[in-house]
Amino acid sequence: MTVVDEVVGMLGDPLMQRALLAALLVGLAAPVMGTYLVQRRLSLLGDGIGHVALTGVALGWLVGNIMGLTPHDALAVPGAVVAAIIGAVAIELVRERGRTSGDVALALLFYGGIAGGVLIISQAGGTNANLMGYLFGSISTVSQGDLVLTVVLSVLVVGVGVGLRTALFAVSHDEEFARASGIPVRALNLLIAVIAALTVTVAMRVVGLLLVSALMIVPVAVAQIVTTSFHRTMITAMAIGVTVCVGGLSITYWQDAAPGATIVVLAIVLYAVVSVLRPILVRGRRHNLPEDPHLQVADDVELVP
Amino acid sequence: MTAAVRAAGLRVSLGGATILHDIDLTVADGEVVGLLGANGSGKSTLVRSLVGVVPTERGTVELLGSPLGRSVPWHRVGYVPQRAGAATGIPATAREVVVSGSLHGRRLRPARDARARAHEALELVGLAHVADRAVRELSGGQQQRVLIARALVRSPDLLLLDEPVSGVDLPSQHAFAAALGRLVDSGTTILVVLHELGVLAPLIRRAVVLRHGAIVHDGPPPRPVGEHAAPDHDHEHPHGDLAAADTGPVVLQPDVRWRG
Repeated sequence: MTVVDEVVGMLGDPLMQRALLAALLVGLAAPVMGTYLVQRRLSLLGDGIGHVALTGVALGWLVGNIMGLTPHDALAVPGAVVAAIIGAVAIELVRERGRTSGDVALALLFYGGIAGGVLIISQAGGTNANLMGYLFGSISTVSQGDLVLTVVLSVLVVGVGVGLRTALFAVSHDEEFARASGIPVRALNLLIAVIAALTVTVAMRVVGLLLVSALMIVPVAVAQIVTTSFHRTMITAMAIGVTVCVGGLSITYWQDAAPGATIVVLAIVLYAVVSVLRPILVRGRRHNLPEDPHLQVADDVELVP
Repeated sequence: MTAAVRAAGLRVSLGGATILHDIDLTVADGEVVGLLGANGSGKSTLVRSLVGVVPTERGTVELLGSPLGRSVPWHRVGYVPQRAGAATGIPATAREVVVSGSLHGRRLRPARDARARAHEALELVGLAHVADRAVRELSGGQQQRVLIARALVRSPDLLLLDEPVSGVDLPSQHAFAAALGRLVDSGTTILVVLHELGVLAPLIRRAVVLRHGAIVHDGPPPRPVGEHAAPDHDHEHPHGDLAAADTGPVVLQPDVRWRG
């Protein structure tokens, strides 16, 4: 069997088709919001939202159980969406009030989210094992319904993140100046929080809640090693996101490994490689012209020979 | 005629301490006003409360005839915050930062000509050649000029500047003063916070001096006192360098002297 046959075989598998499409969309959407979060120095926000979303998953499970829905986890993803949005808005409001307590509030959400999820899932008749699929991802079990939700949310995330990029850049870059321009800073901040929450729930099925943030942040971290502009950083991060998601998932088609973890490890390996190769990559961009880094200004002192 | 800036009974408290006590300040259309005072006298807080960055406890602020808020024609107002650096987590080019200044309360997506106007604004501050360089690679003075360009990109009728030339090298200061002079000639109203008049002295007809959060002088620019008054004293240090720069003319070697 040749390599081509293997790839055709992978692409012909309907299960794999759905998984690959989900990975592609998530790889595209996650770095868009990640760019704004890194810009705002809120790299850990995705983690906080992810932890809260776990409580949402368990709550959805509980409600589904009470209503007698089958399967039991029919409401798990909607529950995660609702909890993630509430959590993200809460973090943003705390951040807005006073910057000093934002860090503690984030920590409280981390622990509360995980503990709440574990506690509620046991009340819902589930086990911690049921939560594992959400914590570490279960892309191989993506259903048709999951895929539709993923497509809708990804389009929304990319649409807002790219369409309003100048305004979102303005509030992320210099909130004070944005406020002094009459820009609705608060509304845009909340928009970023809500869209970040949606991103987390989209990426949940692919890499799991515990690794969601990695998919938002690591491609951006890789991109900014070699870029000088915000626009390029975002585009490059999106390309990297797609590459590691599709690449990592493909690896697990042949090698029995957890897809979410493979994708994240691949991204971090890429970060290490790009960091090492940076001198070569950056020199290529500068057209090999030696450039004087100093300013072309007159001396402040008069030098008398 | 409506005043460009009108503040009445303005009181601002930060962290429980009253920073500004009942400030009344009116800047007429086309006026150029210097806001002076010692460090910590409340100059920056006053400008920041005028543009709505700092919440006011009492009193009213009107910009270009509209009360502070959504109704202010923000596209006619330019603000340059006092900042040494303009760098953040993600690299951004000078042009991107300037384009972000073309947005305002009624425009959340850049206009078609935003790039061209950003280029013009960068040209005005002499930075067109570094438009596509990352802001964090630029020097402190250049970063400050990027922030000035960001305020100029809207072609504002009212310009509020918070120590725009601190940390900017002397040739750039003169270039900036010349650019500001052209704006004044075309009728732009300017309120500028200054540590001392410096290169902007010829432009400023009226000075408002703050002390302990209250206006103690409003009229012709006062004469500087102490070592600031020395004819060869040239004040262009960034903040934090006060102790080093205020010791007067520094003699490195007998053959090297500060230019007046």
